[in-house]
Amino acid sequence: MFLALRDLRFARGRFALMSAVVALIAVLGVLLSGLASGLADAGISGLRALPVTHMAFDEKATSEQFSRSTVEEKDWQEWSKTPGVERAEPFGNTLASAEVTQGSKKGEQVNLAVFGMAPDSSMAPTPNEGEGLEEGRAGIVISQEIADLGVRVGDVLTADKSGVRLKVVGLVEETVSYGHIGAVYADLDTWRHLHYGLPGDLPEAASRQATAVALSLKPGADIAAAEKATATRAETKEATFDASPGYAAESSTMTLIMGFLYAISALVVGAFFTVWTVQRKSEIALLKALGASTGYILRDALAQVVAVLVGATVTGTAVGLALGSAMIGKAPFSLSAPAVATSSGLLIALGTVGAVVAVRRITAVDPLTALGAAR
Amino acid sequence: MTTSVSDRQATPETAGSGELRLDDVSLTLGDGDAAVTALDHVDLSVAPGEFVAVVGPSGSGKSSLLAVAGGLQRPTSGTVRVAGAELTGLSDKQRTAARRHHVGFVFQQSNLLASLTVLEQLLLPLHIDGRLDTAARTRAAELIDAVGLTHRTASRPHQLSGGERQRAGLARALMTSPAVLLVDEPTSALDRVRSAEAVRLIAEQTHERGTATVMVTHETAIMDAADRVHEMVDGRLS
Repeated sequence: MFLALRDLRFARGRFALMSAVVALIAVLGVLLSGLASGLADAGISGLRALPVTHMAFDEKATSEQFSRSTVEEKDWQEWSKTPGVERAEPFGNTLASAEVTQGSKKGEQVNLAVFGMAPDSSMAPTPNEGEGLEEGRAGIVISQEIADLGVRVGDVLTADKSGVRLKVVGLVEETVSYGHIGAVYADLDTWRHLHYGLPGDLPEAASRQATAVALSLKPGADIAAAEKATATRAETKEATFDASPGYAAESSTMTLIMGFLYAISALVVGAFFTVWTVQRKSEIALLKALGASTGYILRDALAQVVAVLVGATVTGTAVGLALGSAMIGKAPFSLSAPAVATSSGLLIALGTVGAVVAVRRITAVDPLTALGAAR
Repeated sequence: MTTSVSDRQATPETAGSGELRLDDVSLTLGDGDAAVTALDHVDLSVAPGEFVAVVGPSGSGKSSLLAVAGGLQRPTSGTVRVAGAELTGLSDKQRTAARRHHVGFVFQQSNLLASLTVLEQLLLPLHIDGRLDTAARTRAAELIDAVGLTHRTASRPHQLSGGERQRAGLARALMTSPAVLLVDEPTSALDRVRSAEAVRLIAEQTHERGTATVMVTHETAIMDAADRVHEMVDGRLS
C-alpha cells in the first residue's frame, strides 16, 4: 500500500467525498436491515418461537394457510402414530379484537393474535408472571407486546364477536407477535370460541378442530405417508412464515430495496474508481515503466479500494447503529448482529466487485505512454 | 547536422562490450499503407560510464529508440542487450523485471508521482522491487544530496521548480543502481541555464556511477556534456 495510502492522504478531498457516499449507503443498509428484521419480528416472531419443526395444514389450503386451514382431531392422532414423529399437537391460530373490561385500561380496544394449544402442549408458554394455561378456564397468557399496551395480569378482556371473557392469567416477557399484532396464548377451547366467534357451547364438530398440526419430526420421518393418510400437507416451520399475513410481500419488498441498494453501491464505487483509474493512467504507465508488475499495481489499487470501503462502511455502520437504536420501540425495528454484519459485508464485497471491474483497466495501460513522444 | 564524437569513446560500430547494445534493430509501427519505420537498422553500443546523446527532430525515432532500448517495446527485428541480457526474447513479465533491475528512466518533465515527496519518489522503485529497507533510505538521502535537493526532501512535485523536478527524476532513476540510464528530452520544460545544469548533472552521475547513459533530445545546445553524440533522422542513427 505504498502508493495507495499516500494517494489517500494526498487526494483526501476526493476520497472523503467518496467515503461519505459509501458511509451513507452503509447507514441506509443498517437502517433497512433493522427495518427488515423488525418487520420480520412483527410478522412471524410468534411462529418462530414455537418449539416445532413443521406444521401440517389442510391440503386444500395452498396459501394464507393460517386463516384457511382446518384440521381435525383424527389428523393429529394419525400424525402421532407416524414413525419419526416425536410430537403432533393441535395448534390454533386466529386474529381477534377485544375490549379491556376490567383493569387500568378499561374501555380500550386491543387486537390479539391468538395461539391456541393444549395446556400440556410443548408449545404452551412458561409465564414469567402469573400462571400458565388451564383447560376450560378461558384464561390467556399475554406477551410483552400486549403488556406494552397497558394490559396487566388479572385484567379481563371481552372478545368483540363472541363476548367471551378472557382473564389474563400470565405474562411472558418476550416480544412475540404475529401479523404485526401482539400474541396471546389460550387453551384450545378458548381459542375455538374466539375463532368461530361463538359464545356458550361449541358445536361438536368445532370442538375437535384446530388450524394445523404442530409437528416435531425426527430426520427420516415418513411425511408422505402421514400426508396421504390425513389429507394434510406438512411444511417446515420456516416455510410457514410466508403464510403469515403480509410477511411474504414485506420481506420481498425489503429484499428488493436492499438488492437495489447494493447494486447502486457497487455502481457508485465502480464509477468512482473508473474515473480515478482513468485519471491515474499516466501514473500507472510510469509505474510500469519503472518496472512495477501489473500485479503490484493491482494489489496497491485494490488495497486502496478496500481501505476506503472498510473505513467508510465501519463509520456508516456505527452511525446507522446509533440512529437505529433510537428507532427501537418507535417503529418495527430490530438490530441483530448477523443482519448488520451481512449488510456491511455485502456492501464491502459488492463495492469491491464494482471497483475490481474498474481497476482492471490497469492491465491495459501501456508503459510506453510514459515516454513523452508516445503520450 | 555534424556528429561529434568524443575522443575517449568508441563509435557504435566499434564498441563491443557495452552495457547497452542494439544490433541491427528495426521497428515498424502500424500495418499496410499506414506502416512507418520508426527505427531503421540501428546499431548502438554504450559502455559503462559512457554518456551518449542522440539528437534529432520530432518524429525522427528518438523516443522509439529509448522504448526499444528500455524494453518498453519489442523491435520488429534485431537484438537488444541490457547488462548482458537479451531483451527481445523475453516475455512481458521478464522485460518488466529487467527494467526494474537494470534500467533507469528519466522522463520528459520528470514524471514524478503527485502524491509522493521527493524522498518517497526515490524509495518507490525499491518498494516495487521489495527491497525497501534502512539501507535504501540511506541511499535515497545520499542521492538527494548528490542532486542538491536535501532541502526539498519532504516536498511534493507541485512544490518544486522544473529544474528540481528533473533532478528528483534523475535521482529516482539512479536509486536501483541501473546498468543503463535512458533519458528522454530532459530539458524540454527547462530554461537554458537549468537545461545546461540538468545535463551536466546527468553526465556527472553517469561517469561517477558507471551507468551506460543514452539521452535523446532535439536541443543541440546542450550536448557539450555528452561523450558522444549521434544524430537520428528518419529512424536511422548516424
